[in-house]
Amino acid sequence: MSAPVSSPAATRSPIGSFTAETFAEHLASLGAVPAWWIARKRAAYDTFARLPLPSRTDEAWRFSTLQGVALEGFHIATPAETTAAERRIPDLPAALATPDLAFANNHLSARSNAARPAGVVVTTLAEAVGSHADLLKAHFMAQPQKLGSEKFAALHTAFVRDGAFVYVPRGVEVATPIVIHHLATGPASAIFPHTLVIAEENAKVTVIDLFYSDARLSLPGGAVSVPHFACGANDLYAGHGAQLTYVGAQAWSYETLSLQFNSTVVRRDARVQSLNLHLGGRQSRHESLSQLQAPGAFSEMLALTVADGTQEFDQRTLQIHQAPDTKSDLLYKNSLRDQAKTIFSGLIVVDPDAQRTDAYQSNRNLMLSEEAEANSLPGLEIQANDVRCTHGATSSRIDPEQEFYLQARGIRKDAADQLLTFGFFEEVLNRLVSDDLHAGLRSLIETQFEQ
Amino acid sequence: MSSLVIQDLHVAIGEKEIVKGLSLTINSGEVHAIMGPNGTGKSTLAKVIAGHPDYTVTGGDVLLDGASILEKEADERARAGIFLAFQYPSEIPGVSIANFLRAAQQARMAEGEELDASAYYKRLYAKMDMLKIDRKFTSRSVNEGFSGGEKKRCEILQMAMLEPKFALMDETDSGLDIDALRIVSEGVNTLKGPNLGVLMITHYQRLLNYIVPDFVHVMYDGRIVKSGDKSLALELESKGYDWVKKELVTA
Repeated sequence: MSAPVSSPAATRSPIGSFTAETFAEHLASLGAVPAWWIARKRAAYDTFARLPLPSRTDEAWRFSTLQGVALEGFHIATPAETTAAERRIPDLPAALATPDLAFANNHLSARSNAARPAGVVVTTLAEAVGSHADLLKAHFMAQPQKLGSEKFAALHTAFVRDGAFVYVPRGVEVATPIVIHHLATGPASAIFPHTLVIAEENAKVTVIDLFYSDARLSLPGGAVSVPHFACGANDLYAGHGAQLTYVGAQAWSYETLSLQFNSTVVRRDARVQSLNLHLGGRQSRHESLSQLQAPGAFSEMLALTVADGTQEFDQRTLQIHQAPDTKSDLLYKNSLRDQAKTIFSGLIVVDPDAQRTDAYQSNRNLMLSEEAEANSLPGLEIQANDVRCTHGATSSRIDPEQEFYLQARGIRKDAADQLLTFGFFEEVLNRLVSDDLHAGLRSLIETQFEQ
Repeated sequence: MSSLVIQDLHVAIGEKEIVKGLSLTINSGEVHAIMGPNGTGKSTLAKVIAGHPDYTVTGGDVLLDGASILEKEADERARAGIFLAFQYPSEIPGVSIANFLRAAQQARMAEGEELDASAYYKRLYAKMDMLKIDRKFTSRSVNEGFSGGEKKRCEILQMAMLEPKFALMDETDSGLDIDALRIVSEGVNTLKGPNLGVLMITHYQRLLNYIVPDFVHVMYDGRIVKSGDKSLALELESKGYDWVKKELVTA
């Protein structure tokens, strides 16, 4: 039995565990870091502490379970809480198994010495603060937070300790994906993962973030789960003609509160493809902002969610067309079982001079249970007159004729439903150019289904 | 030697009775054809034997090797050896034929037992060669965007892989041109043999030029009203279904 819930406003503190003392301890623990970085963090902490928690009247939090967004009871996770065994994530598909950088509880736990083309930088944020300060100043959390989480983005900046910094210079192609692991272990751990990717003019790179909790390591059945708080961000920047592929695979424990913010900047003739896979979390919010800043820019925004139990996945997206002849294509697919809940709220904004914008937005929900709940809020704000913008949202159940067809071949009902769900996801996975990555993500999804 | 015995079967959709006391016995190695006008319950018969959830059996029984299958789910019946070749096979976007057939094979194995992937593909390719199906076929989504002929060939490939005891072929000839009909019929003729019983359901006699039945039954208004050998099909072709109706009235 759960404890009686009193009025959320009365019980929820706007700062929760992230007090001024905790912040001071965090700063003190950083050692020698540049003054500008400290100043940045202090300003962010003030913003975090000043802003209220989201309230029932916030349009950006419509349908979200607000009492679940509580900041009490967490502590800043440290490496002491992890063991070497935990830091090796078992049974990962090949495409995700070998990290270039691995972080456990906010600290670097492993790095590979895989050879990369000359000029390519794959290092930690902690190092980049010193070695690549100008790039960090220009790109780290530099874009506006327009999707409702200004407070939590500030919390991220205040407490972020380390993360991945990837820089690909002009004209350089990185052949194999750069893989980053972010691991949370120990009860009530708070972690602040970050990945910053800068692809300069005509550069080409694929970066994969894998987010993982120890509950999945020690408890294959997932029956007992450890609560974590994950407040992460990624900044993606694709310069003139660059091609950037980003995959974020989220497999936190089932007790995790996860808030993740993405910013994607796409310059002239550049192309960004991002695919976010959402599997874990008690309540998981993902905000994704794509800015198409110059002609020829293209952002493909993809997401797959496997929602079951009482999980809540909350996805907020914004496609901003700021220049003519830009293109964006969003496809978010959710499968919902049990009493799971999803929220999709997407907005396409076309600025007045962004003529010949081609924008697409689609949210599709496959309902595998009568009790699941999918909310869709698609939206358009068009200020140019020569554009092509399409959006839509659908929720459908498994087609009983398809189910019978599979059963008539001897496939059991649950296996048939799983096969049909994979079929439903395949449209998104097929957008990936890499077959290895496709197979890797598929295998992660299968793990979720087996639980 | 297996047998599929249909005993005084009554089937309804909702309140409406469609099959009204039908009896028929099919043994391994036999090819039976059921012919009859539209709306007479032929497809209902095939679907109800396969376990389609929309139909209710209101009387009678269906026995596979002496045991009733009516309490079993569709997937259990399939694993027991019943195969329905659909008149209108479903399109399954995003599920490749290879993965689909793999899942069907896996379902026939014991809990915890893993399918030997290389042996499976070897067998699949051998069956495809036998049925003259291009190997590229396996990576396509099941029936998605297939022509009528491709859909029916896909059904025959599934039948070849699953090796049922009894195949119920529901209007396999519908929507096929002569070339497609010939290819599909060749497939069935390749598969039929002492271990397979076939029930072909058709509106037209032309299919029976390609797949020669041992027995022909005429179905009308939910019952079998006339049975004979293949000459009955020819007689029907020349005299038309009105002949049967008239006979029924005079009887």
